[in-house]
Amino acid sequence: MKRSHVGRLERERVALALAGVALLSVFPAVQRSAAQDSSAVDRGVRIGIIYRPGVRPGLVVLPGAAAPDSVRAIIARDLDLSDRFELITLPAGDSIRVSAAPLAGAGRPPAGGRGGAAAGLNYQLYQALGADFAVGLALVGDTTVLTVHDVAAGGVRREFRSRLPPLKDPEFRIAVHRLADHILEATLGVGGIAATRILFVMDGKVYAIDQDGADKRLVSSSDHQAMSPAWAPDGRRFSYMEFWSGHGQLFVQLVGPGKRQPVATTGQALDFTPAFSPDGKTLAFSRATEEGTDIYTVNIKDNCCLQRLTVGRFSDNLSPTYSPDGQRIAFVSTRPGLPQVYVMAADGTDQQLFAPFDYGVTGSSNAPDWSPDGQSVAFHRDVGGTLQVFVLDARTRAVRQLTSLGRNEDPTWAPDSRHVAFVSDRSGYRQLWIIDLETGRIRPLLQQSGARLPAWSPRIPETASSTP
Amino acid sequence: MKRLSLIVLSGIAAVALAACSHNPPPVTTPQQPNADSVAAAERARQDSIDRAAAEARAREETERQRQQRIADSLAALGHTTEAVRTMLATLIHFDYDKSNIRPEDASILDQKVAILQANPNLRIRVSGHCDERGSDEYNLALGNRRATATKQYLVSHGIEAARIETVSYGEERPLAQGHDEAAWAQNRRDEFEIVAGGDALRQP
Repeated sequence: MKRSHVGRLERERVALALAGVALLSVFPAVQRSAAQDSSAVDRGVRIGIIYRPGVRPGLVVLPGAAAPDSVRAIIARDLDLSDRFELITLPAGDSIRVSAAPLAGAGRPPAGGRGGAAAGLNYQLYQALGADFAVGLALVGDTTVLTVHDVAAGGVRREFRSRLPPLKDPEFRIAVHRLADHILEATLGVGGIAATRILFVMDGKVYAIDQDGADKRLVSSSDHQAMSPAWAPDGRRFSYMEFWSGHGQLFVQLVGPGKRQPVATTGQALDFTPAFSPDGKTLAFSRATEEGTDIYTVNIKDNCCLQRLTVGRFSDNLSPTYSPDGQRIAFVSTRPGLPQVYVMAADGTDQQLFAPFDYGVTGSSNAPDWSPDGQSVAFHRDVGGTLQVFVLDARTRAVRQLTSLGRNEDPTWAPDSRHVAFVSDRSGYRQLWIIDLETGRIRPLLQQSGARLPAWSPRIPETASSTP
Repeated sequence: MKRLSLIVLSGIAAVALAACSHNPPPVTTPQQPNADSVAAAERARQDSIDRAAAEARAREETERQRQQRIADSLAALGHTTEAVRTMLATLIHFDYDKSNIRPEDASILDQKVAILQANPNLRIRVSGHCDERGSDEYNLALGNRRATATKQYLVSHGIEAARIETVSYGEERPLAQGHDEAAWAQNRRDEFEIVAGGDALRQP
C-alpha cells in the first residue's frame, strides 16, 4: 500500500520532470517533526514526505537484472526502516532507465568491468525524481556488488563487494542487512541498524528476531522459565535469567553456537535483570533476598568478585543499565515509596534521583535503558493506571512522554539511539513495536501476541554471525 | 508373640486349676498354721502362677490397647495430614502494589503458625506473586517483598526463620488468566508449599 502510494507520487514527479519543469532542488532541511505517537502516523508521515521534500535525502534503489530480487527487496526495506531516506521507487522498472538513458546518457562511457557503475545512469532524471543517492546491485560471479551513486555529483561514491551466503543459509539475511548498513555509512556517514537483532521473551523462552521482523528464532530452549535478556556490547553474547527452583540463575550465552555458562555466584538467590558493562567484563544485576532487592556486580571475565552496590533495607533497588562510557548506572529504586529512576556512579557511590517526579502525583517508573549515545534514558511510567514510555535527557534531566496510545512498556534502544523498541497493546494484544524518535513513525515488529521484555542488539559483528 | 500366648495359655490353665482346687476349701476349717511345708510351698507356687497370669493378662491388654491406638491414630493421621495440608496451603492475598499482610489474612497466617508449632519438623516455602498490571521485572521485587512479609509475620510469632524459605515469581505464574480486577485480585498472593517434614502432620 505504501509503495503504490509512493509510486503514484513518483509517476507524477516523472511527468513533471518530463514536462520540462525545473529540476527539483534540495530544499534546506526543515525542522524535523517531533516524535509523536499516533496509530495513523504511518499515513501521516507519508503525507509529510509528499509536501515537505528535502527533509530527508532521496534515495533510489536501481533495478538491475543480475542481483536477486530478495537481496534488493531486503535492502530497500532496511533503508526504508532506517527512517533516514525518502525512498523513491521507479515505476515500471527498467523501462524508465532504458527510455530515459538516451536523453542524458549520450556522452557517458559504456558499462565497464567496475560493476557497470556509471554505465548509462541518468543522473539528471534521478535528481529530477528527488534522489540524492542511487544504489545499484549487481551479481558478478558469486560476488554481489553494491554501488552507491552520488546523484548530485554524478558519479560513484562507494562500491562494496560481498560474497553473500546462499539464500537458504541462516546467515543470509544478516549478511544482506549488513550491505544496507554499508549504504548508510557511504551516504550519510552514520551507522545503521539493519544488521541488528532483538531478543525478547515469549512463553517463558528467549527468542531473537531481525529488526525487520524476519527470521524469528528460539535461542533458549531450556525447560526453565526465562526472563530479562540483555546483550553484551560486543554483540556476540547475551545474558538472561531463568527460574531454578525459586531462585534466579543468570546465564551468559554465545550468539552463534548457543553455548551458555551460568554466571558464578548467581542462582542461590533470586538474581534477575542482568546488564553488561560497556567493556563487557562486568555484569550488573538485581538480587532479591529477605533483606530486599539490591544491585550487585560480578566480574564475568574471571567469574569472581561479587560486589554489592546498593544497600536498601527498606527499599528495593533493581534494573541497572550502564551509561555507554561505563561511568554511571541508572536504576530503579523504591526509596521514595513508589519505584523511580535513580542514577549512581558505577561503583555504587553518589546515588541520586535521575528522572524527576512529583511526589504523590507521578506514578511508578521502571525499566530504564540508557541510549548508546549516552544522551537519553528511556523508561516507562504509570500514567493514570497504564504504562507509557518516557525519555529522560541525561544532561538536562528533562522528561518527555513518548507514547500515549494503549499500554506501552519496556523500551530498548537501537544502536542508532533514535529507534526504540517497546511492548504495546495498542493493536489489542501485547506485542513488540518500534518507534523512530525523529519522525515519530511507529511500526509493529511482529504480529504475534505475548512478546515482551525486548533487548535490541548492538550491530552484529561479522564473526559472531558467521559461526555455524 | 508366640511365647507370650503360651504364657497366657498356661496362665489361664493355672487359674482354672487354682479355681477348681480352691472351690471346696472355704467350707473346711482354715488350714492349720502348722500345715506341712509341702502345702505351703504349693500355695506359694500357685500364687506366683496367679500373679504371672494376671500380669500377662494386663500386659496383653496394654499391648492390645496400644495396637488399637496406633491403628486408630494412623487412620486419623491420614485425615489430619490432609486437613492440615489444606490449611497450610490456604493462600493469602494482597492489595495492588502492596506487600503488607491484610488483617483478614492474619488469621490465616496464625493458623499456619499453629501448624508449624505442632509439627516441629515441617519446613515450608512461601512464594510471592503479582498481577500483570505492574512492571514485569519490578514485580519480581514486589513478589519477593510479599513472601518476605509473610515470613516475617511467621517468625515474629515464634517460628524458626530457618524453617521458612521465600521465593518470588513476580507475575510469571498467574493463577487466574483473566485481565480484570477479579483475576488480578486472585493473582496478588502468597502460596505455601511443604519443603520437608510433611508426611504425617499433626493437627494443631
